[in-house]
Amino acid sequence: MGLAKRIIPCLDVRDGRVVKGVQFVDIRDAGNPVEVAARYDEQGADEITFLDITASSDNRDTILHVVEEVASTVFIPLTVGGGIRVLDDVRRMLNAGADKVGINTAAVFNPEFVKQASGHFGSQAIVVSIDARQVEAGDKPRWEIFTHGGRRGTGLDALQWAKKMADYGAGEILLTSMDRDGTRDGFDLALTRAVCDTVDVPVIASGGVGNLDHLVDGVSKGHADAVLAASIFHFGDYTVQQAKQKMHDAGIEVRITE
Amino acid sequence: MTSIIVVDFGMGNLRSVAKAFEHVAPGADVMISADVSDIRAADRVVLPGQGAIGGYIKALYDTDLEPAVLDAAANKPFLGICLGQQVLYESSDEHGEEGESVKTLGLFKGHAKHFTDVSSDPQAMINPQTGHQYPIPHMGWNQVKQTMKHPLWQGIADMARFYFVHSYCLQSENEADVAGVTEYGVNFTSATARDNIFAVQFHPEKSQHDGLKLLENFVNWKI
Repeated sequence: MGLAKRIIPCLDVRDGRVVKGVQFVDIRDAGNPVEVAARYDEQGADEITFLDITASSDNRDTILHVVEEVASTVFIPLTVGGGIRVLDDVRRMLNAGADKVGINTAAVFNPEFVKQASGHFGSQAIVVSIDARQVEAGDKPRWEIFTHGGRRGTGLDALQWAKKMADYGAGEILLTSMDRDGTRDGFDLALTRAVCDTVDVPVIASGGVGNLDHLVDGVSKGHADAVLAASIFHFGDYTVQQAKQKMHDAGIEVRITE
Repeated sequence: MTSIIVVDFGMGNLRSVAKAFEHVAPGADVMISADVSDIRAADRVVLPGQGAIGGYIKALYDTDLEPAVLDAAANKPFLGICLGQQVLYESSDEHGEEGESVKTLGLFKGHAKHFTDVSSDPQAMINPQTGHQYPIPHMGWNQVKQTMKHPLWQGIADMARFYFVHSYCLQSENEADVAGVTEYGVNFTSATARDNIFAVQFHPEKSQHDGLKLLENFVNWKI
């Protein structure tokens, strides 16, 4: 008995709609984010993450309205990421009803921002998103941080970077394998485990979930504290309830709701 | 119509707390306020809080809200959430310099300690399944063992799960004050109750049905 492993559906939101594409191409519409969030809440999701991928700056406030609306009917933790660059972005998201804010690219270009944000709002509100790709295979695999949807390398070592972000005040790390994202081949378990065994803060595994066994593996083999998935839930392949049951059957402690 | 005030001294996400009360008690008058007269006029007082306790207690003193909060804690239905529970105890090790702890309000006997400082056993915070330390902050849904019967637990199963996020945890020194206990490597006081005060480490406003039920019970609580 004790702390449950979390299942976190992720909603990629563009211009106020949930979308899902394979490695950022072939984008499909997956519904109204407020309705989708309510459905996952009913199914027993432990948290919900919104990733704002709105391209045009004209529609930047759309996500604020989405969060506001969700936060008045869904009473579980909400995280919002995408385009968070300055303290005021964090403040606006938290004021709209987000509990945590995900910082990604801005952390890479200005690591001090993570320090400032956690100093200001507390570590519990700051999730650092890490997009990593494997750059060396073999006995001593290495992963590096990539930006721009996994297209641009930074030369930063993923494990060192994760540790640095935790030291700078990240309360949690959202770890995405850009090699696996959208493939449905399962998490990069070696990467997940290496990061989980390096940092003392909770780690959410992300990128590549195609079935429920992948979620189990993320926890039991990857040592992740939480698992994040999008498309397996969006298009009705599985419900969050089924995912919880699968994890429970595998001996993983989860929150089972009525 | 009962009036509920969520005390605002510039710390933490108060909107979620207010929204959750509006949801469970549509007839109640829910207000977020930093005004002493509002706190004195309200029927029920909620003290939320997140972040670091050093800044929290400083903000409480700097805003002159402390006497009004203490008055409310002395005679009205009073709910402390997260740091709003820790601040009711004597001290916290968080942000203490050179082992010096931050002195807090002292209504309950006990201290908030970092998870890794609670037990003298170095293995206590090691997860046997991974061989590594349990992650800190303690973040997510954990169980609360109800250690007393209380109107605020009504309709909530023993060992129900609530959402936690914190790195320091309370060690109450008076067993009679403890309303709930949670285990995360070590045991800590996750709920406190005495007379008109109920306080919790977890976030009922983020704990779905059981959290909302607790808030509803607070709205209906007759002391």
